[in-house]
Amino acid sequence: MRASFVFTEMGIAIRRNLSMIISVILVTFISLSFVGTAGLLQQQIGSMKTYWYDKAQVAIYLCTKTSPQDVCPQGEASSDVQRTVNHRLNSATLKPYIDKFYFEDHKAAYKTFQTEFKGNAVAKYVTPAQLNETFWVKLKDPNQAPIVIESFSGLSGVEQVKDQRTYLDQIFSMLNIASLAAISIATLMLFSAALLISTTIRLSAVMRRREIGIMRLVGASNFYIQLPFILEGVVAGVVGALLAGGAILAVVNYFVQGYLVQQLPFTSFVGLTDAFALLPALVGLGGLIAGIAAASSIRRYLRV
Amino acid sequence: MISISQVTKAYPGAPRPALDDVSIEIDKGEFVFLVGASGSGKSSLMRMVLREDMPTSGSIHVLGENLVGIPNRRVPRFRRNLGVVFQDFRLLPNKTAAQNVAFSLEVIGKSKGFISEAVPDVLRLVGLEEKANSLPSELSGGEQQRVALARAIVNKPAILLCDEPTGNLDPTTSEGIMELLNRINLTGTTILMATHDRGIVDKYRKRVIELSLGKIVRDEQGSGYGQR
Repeated sequence: MRASFVFTEMGIAIRRNLSMIISVILVTFISLSFVGTAGLLQQQIGSMKTYWYDKAQVAIYLCTKTSPQDVCPQGEASSDVQRTVNHRLNSATLKPYIDKFYFEDHKAAYKTFQTEFKGNAVAKYVTPAQLNETFWVKLKDPNQAPIVIESFSGLSGVEQVKDQRTYLDQIFSMLNIASLAAISIATLMLFSAALLISTTIRLSAVMRRREIGIMRLVGASNFYIQLPFILEGVVAGVVGALLAGGAILAVVNYFVQGYLVQQLPFTSFVGLTDAFALLPALVGLGGLIAGIAAASSIRRYLRV
Repeated sequence: MISISQVTKAYPGAPRPALDDVSIEIDKGEFVFLVGASGSGKSSLMRMVLREDMPTSGSIHVLGENLVGIPNRRVPRFRRNLGVVFQDFRLLPNKTAAQNVAFSLEVIGKSKGFISEAVPDVLRLVGLEEKANSLPSELSGGEQQRVALARAIVNKPAILLCDEPTGNLDPTTSEGIMELLNRINLTGTTILMATHDRGIVDKYRKRVIELSLGKIVRDEQGSGYGQR
């Protein structure tokens, strides 16, 4: 077994077949970029979940004068309602689940609203009385939100009990759909990349049929005959994967870290470490798919 | 050495079998001419000995290997003991004479050291040491066939198969190739040569096996090409 010979043969094959090899590299590059994007989105969802789920609370909104009649027939919640809620939250049944809670009155809610919607036209029209007085409950385990929701839904004077995580879940499901779309496109593209590789390798084998014929006559082993072709495919796949990895790193570095982080300062975003962690997977996937496609194609072409 | 027993080869769709109940024994060191009109089955027979094709029925033993039962993965190693020469030389046009010979050793994993000794040796044997660095396009037909012959024998095969090696050469050049084959034969290599070259067969008086329509019609020691 002489490695130098195998690599020289592979080099010759790649040079002769350069335009096809470039197209293989490009298709692998694009498809693996989609795979990488999907991976990044999943990592982003993961890091946002840990960040936001930790902050998310259950909100118990009390009735206001402007609340809908059917849920709040008696209008503005009285201070009795406030006391009842406060009492229940402190009761032996609920207390073990609750980390802490605080009450936000009309004035405090108005203040928060004004800072959050600063510059937005709606901030001008809203009055303190329109905003719900709210008990913000932070649970020890956010998964136990239903306990709080059940205890307070239907209580007279309470307009709504809402687990904030449901808002987040909408965002996450959107991100999930995006990453699913990326994976679907990637699968299709990887399939076409595999077909392209097998065509390319077969073309390469046809171009070198004289050499192959002689190799078979003088008794070169199948492995020795096939290896340059398989390596040709693997090299193209790995180069495509490295380009895809480069693209992913560039997106994370310049777009996510360089732009998004400044635009949305209170969100945790994926960083270069996450992107680097994807690289081996991309290279492995690119090399593996190319290797399998090349090997199965050359094997069908070269029967003893 | 080569033992062919009751071999029949039928190709699907062909009106008659390419080989019809053929039996041949060839011993070590023999020089055998295989003659017969085109389509008489010479090439089919050569392909079977190389295990490029399998008989429909019958058995073939070459160098102790049962070629009907041998698993595919053992075929390459088997072929290393055989040398093959064709009418059309089959040299790689982008490699020099020496590189063409070296290629056949490289692909069976011989070491650089072995190759750098064996290639000049065999080129000297075929009388081409001066042309080692010429491309096939710069060589005459006879010289190209010598390179092909060098490539076939560089690994010291026990059997040399020649499929009309002089078919594309003029009589004088053919003569040179035959001298060379004769010398190779004298070193103990068994040679099976399919040919249409009446002059050569008549001159060398070796064992002659004549095929006609897939059957052996003659198998004689020290014979000629036969009447026409």
